[in-house]
Amino acid sequence: MKAMKTISLFFISGLLALSFFGCGGGEGSRNGAEQRSGRSSDRVDILGAGASFPAPLVTAMADEYRGVTSNRVTVNYQSIGSGGGIRQFVEQTIMFGMTEAFLSDDVMQNVEASTGGRAFNMPITLADVVTTYNIPGFDKGLVFSSDVLVDIYMGNITRWNDSRITELNPGKDLPSLPITVVHRSDGSGTTNIWTSYFSRVSDEWRGRVGYGTSVNWPVGVGGNGNEGVAGAVINTPGAIGYNSLSYALLNDMSYGSVLNASGNIIEPSFEATTEAANIDLPEDTRILFTNTPAEYGYPIAGFAWMLVYENLENNNAINNRQQAEELVRFLIWSITDGQELSETLGYARLPMAAVERNIAMIEEVKWEGELIGKELLQDVL
Amino acid sequence: MQNEQKSSIADKPVSIIYSWLGDRIFLTVVVALGLSIILLAGAMAWVLTDEAGMALDEFGIIGFLKGTTWDPGVQFRFGALPFIVGTLVTSVFALAIAFYPAVAVAIFIAEYAPRWLGSIIENLVHLIAAVPSVVIGIWGIFVFAPWMRETFYMPIFLWAADHQPALLPILGSPIGYGMTTATIILALMIIPFTTALTRDAIRQVPKEQREAAWALGATKWEVIRMAVIPYSRGGIMAGAILSFGRAIGETMAVAMLIGNKNNFPFSIMGPAATMPSVIVNEFREAVGNLHLSSLMAIGLVLFVISLIVNLIAAYVTRKLSITGGQSI
Repeated sequence: MKAMKTISLFFISGLLALSFFGCGGGEGSRNGAEQRSGRSSDRVDILGAGASFPAPLVTAMADEYRGVTSNRVTVNYQSIGSGGGIRQFVEQTIMFGMTEAFLSDDVMQNVEASTGGRAFNMPITLADVVTTYNIPGFDKGLVFSSDVLVDIYMGNITRWNDSRITELNPGKDLPSLPITVVHRSDGSGTTNIWTSYFSRVSDEWRGRVGYGTSVNWPVGVGGNGNEGVAGAVINTPGAIGYNSLSYALLNDMSYGSVLNASGNIIEPSFEATTEAANIDLPEDTRILFTNTPAEYGYPIAGFAWMLVYENLENNNAINNRQQAEELVRFLIWSITDGQELSETLGYARLPMAAVERNIAMIEEVKWEGELIGKELLQDVL
Repeated sequence: MQNEQKSSIADKPVSIIYSWLGDRIFLTVVVALGLSIILLAGAMAWVLTDEAGMALDEFGIIGFLKGTTWDPGVQFRFGALPFIVGTLVTSVFALAIAFYPAVAVAIFIAEYAPRWLGSIIENLVHLIAAVPSVVIGIWGIFVFAPWMRETFYMPIFLWAADHQPALLPILGSPIGYGMTTATIILALMIIPFTTALTRDAIRQVPKEQREAAWALGATKWEVIRMAVIPYSRGGIMAGAILSFGRAIGETMAVAMLIGNKNNFPFSIMGPAATMPSVIVNEFREAVGNLHLSSLMAIGLVLFVISLIVNLIAAYVTRKLSITGGQSI
């Protein structure tokens, strides 16, 4: 009896498994047929990955864009960090990458050698970094200059009533509180912008610490992520740290204004950040514009870039021309209509200078030698 | 009656599944699954070694282990010593703090507490073990670290500044995020493990052992001291070492609380870093190849250290058990 039961059980589960696989096969072949027919109503998945800072914006763009294309195009963005974004982009497992540090010359050359075309770094949004602090009795609006910030982060200025800080803030009675320096401990684009600003304005900083997503900090305590820095700053009287503007606004933190290269005191705002990038950009937009020459630009800001190949057919992640065209359409949309989402999510809009450079790059995007970017731009503009 | 039943079972024809085929299938599945663990460990070691190759070639294995500079910005030099020291110091002290309370709790649960109280405590201990470490980290950032600063670090620091300025560099800055805070949190996190493993070891002491001690006129304390602890010491030590291994690998809570200072000198209250903390901090955005490879090399060192700790645990269990590793 028992043996019979077992055997019949085996049979039933076997049948179940068979029917299961059978179904799968059927569906697969149907999908194949649909793909071959190549109708314009086919659904397309655009796969991207990279930096975590612009992830909320890209995700919101993806949602919005699915609506715009009436559910036809799904943008799937994975926030795996800039380093991961660049690696996946070079290994051609994603259609576009996203990074807060532009591609180095090495990587650019590698890409040129392997795909026969350039890798485009297209600015997609802007990151701004503000000085956050916790001095009991002081709200936002303390003024800092570049050399004061550098000396605080070098450990040369150790008290809040240091004459160099009080000089910048006449009429404010700063306490003799020791300064606790807080920095990001995790590698981040925020740190990249912050340290690149310091490297721009101070030879000593450039020689000793340099800039990058993580550096060898001379002093201070490291907080993990925006929230780690914010937690340490909020909980430590006398602390100074740095956060993205939107994060400081969200958490109601005190943040300082900065004296920019033109000698104007700039209070951080999305407009001042956009203004900072509205300068003469190089053609490939691989530039750190911290300490911007723009007269009313906020000096501690940078781009986040989308990475795309010039010769799309040589990216293994893109299988056919239709996918390539949809990718380019999404690119065009995200630097134009997509920018409307920026302020509500805490990002600054791209300035015209950057949009123009992006359009010039999109015009050169090719599929098997054909300038599809140019064609699609003509449709839109 | 019984005989009849037996014979009826024996007379039944045995289906093919229960004879050689079933055995074969079972054997194959078990062997495959068992081997896959070995393969998995091997694959991990291989990938780590492979990816770490660049850094180890550049600095040499000894050079990498001895190096004290971690500079991804200018010099691109990477050395693991600060992280190795940070990991070992925090883990050793966490175990030192956690060990006696954990053993005490285990003895109380197993020997003294009435059944209902013991099970309540046991469940609460399990609950602590189930709290995700990132939650403990957030609690640490917003509650524990500021409290430690106000209650201990600041008073000690101010006293030292007035009376013993020479101590200041050893004490370090009293911000609250640093080695001591991380160590205490680590201790808190490994207490449940040490407790659970110790209690299991105590439960395995045979009843006869206790009864023999009682029969000799021992008091409760003497029974525990002379009959229970010696018999279970191998298990207790192994539990402690396994908890130590867990402390070595603990990542999130430590990364959130240790202050993440990647270079010597470390100080008692000031920030430091551990191997898991530097990996979790820098891996995502590590753009440079050498930087990434160095992080992989740290992962390899961590892998090897964990392996050694586990081997020691196995050895100690054998050596310290009452039979000295011989089967009875």
